Amino acid sequence: MPKVIRLTALLLMVLGLAGCGSSQEWGWYVVDPSLKRGRINISFLLSGIPWTILLTLCCVAISNILGFLISLMGLSKSKILRGIYRVYVEVFRSIPPLVSIFWVYYGLPILIDIDLAPFPAGMIALSLYGSAFMAEIFRGGVQSIAKGQFEASDSLGLSYLDTMRYVIFPQALRRSLPAIGNQLVITLKMTSLVSVIGVSEVLRRGNELAVTEYRPLEIYTFVAIEYLVLVLIVSSAVRHFERKLGADERLGGGAQEQGI
Amino acid sequence: MSDKPVIQLAKVNKWFGKLHVLQNIDLEVITGERVVVCGPSGSGKSTMIRCMNRLEKHESGDIQINGVPLDDSTANIQTVRKDIGMVFQQFNLFPHLTVLRNLTLAPMRARKMPKEEAEALARHYLERVRIPEQAEKYPAQLSGGQQQRVAIARSLCMEPKIMLFDEPTSALDPEMISEVLDTMVSLAEEGMTMVCVTHEMGFAKRVADKMIFMDEGVIVENAPPEQFFNAPEHQRTEQFLSQILAH
Repeated sequence: MPKVIRLTALLLMVLGLAGCGSSQEWGWYVVDPSLKRGRINISFLLSGIPWTILLTLCCVAISNILGFLISLMGLSKSKILRGIYRVYVEVFRSIPPLVSIFWVYYGLPILIDIDLAPFPAGMIALSLYGSAFMAEIFRGGVQSIAKGQFEASDSLGLSYLDTMRYVIFPQALRRSLPAIGNQLVITLKMTSLVSVIGVSEVLRRGNELAVTEYRPLEIYTFVAIEYLVLVLIVSSAVRHFERKLGADERLGGGAQEQGI
Repeated sequence: MSDKPVIQLAKVNKWFGKLHVLQNIDLEVITGERVVVCGPSGSGKSTMIRCMNRLEKHESGDIQINGVPLDDSTANIQTVRKDIGMVFQQFNLFPHLTVLRNLTLAPMRARKMPKEEAEALARHYLERVRIPEQAEKYPAQLSGGQQQRVAIARSLCMEPKIMLFDEPTSALDPEMISEVLDTMVSLAEEGMTMVCVTHEMGFAKRVADKMIFMDEGVIVENAPPEQFFNAPEHQRTEQFLSQILAH
């Protein structure tokens, strides 16, 4: 991941220069790895990362599966199913994720008498939100496949399920990969919202430290860099995956030959 | 050659919105017969052959394929589609699958054929269309003519009794047309029942048993080729022929 390191180093340099030019005194000692206190703070801040990753993975998995199933309704010939699909997408897409987190965490337990811990509450809220977007991505992917692919499959006597499974979905998935990667990055960053209900993820750790150390500038800069590194890892993984599939497909040369 | 009709269209009508694209179409094709359909664009010729395997739904009249009526019954439609192969103007190969997988998919899924058997069948038909060496390539790596021959082989792998061709050479560069037509001629010589929508009149003269000229949703002329080309009954046919044979 040399690109990630280079970019991070560049960002740190920019921040360093900014520090030199302003009258603000930077207090990097709060996260200085050569000091004991700095090391303790760093490990405290980094301890949020596993939760951020876990929450992201759960949300991505659930919203992918849910979004895929929902998208089948959107692709159905039945007007009723398409109507349900529309309502689902519009509702969950329209509610700001922060509102749905509050609603699930504070509201849902009143409605159905269950005790939701912050993590599952955040997971449910963000997964529902994400599933609406995933459903639209999958629907768009399938609908972007030329009609001729369906006709060829029909004329060969393939069943609807086989057509979808072997002909349409593999192509739709390839075509949707950039959008799916985008959604992955958005989800990762959105997990920071659950800090408001007390999940000990990256931002929450930053908040907690900022109120004890009184060094919000340095601490939130550190938090920002944590997200930056995580996102760069995710996007390079997505690109790697895209290249791999693109090379298989060899549509118009493919990414492999372009050497990216 | 038996005289039993394998394709029977009786009083078939179809509308696209207000446009009456097929008007009382009557047509019979018998086993082993080669029918060439021509006509100006928008005359309904493509729509007619697309109705024969239910890619388009006709609104009234009867279509029977091998005695199986094409109606709303999914089982009937599937039965008919296994008996009819179709080749499209735009090839419609599956771009994410190798040539070999393009050919084996339908036999394995729709005919439940084991993989080895399907691959042997696929290689046999690739040999027939004379591109056995392209089996491992992807469609985008082939020329247009090669892609269309793969599409023909893909249809043949379902071992259909009837082949439909919907302007198979219209999307090809001129120098690739003959390789596709040659494949179609050899198929005709082996006795395949064929319905071809094409403007390749040289091909038509070579293989057709029956020529059909369509205009504005109506079958204007339905005649054996000698009569069709030399003494067409209708003036409209004559006009059309002089236009496409002029160049």
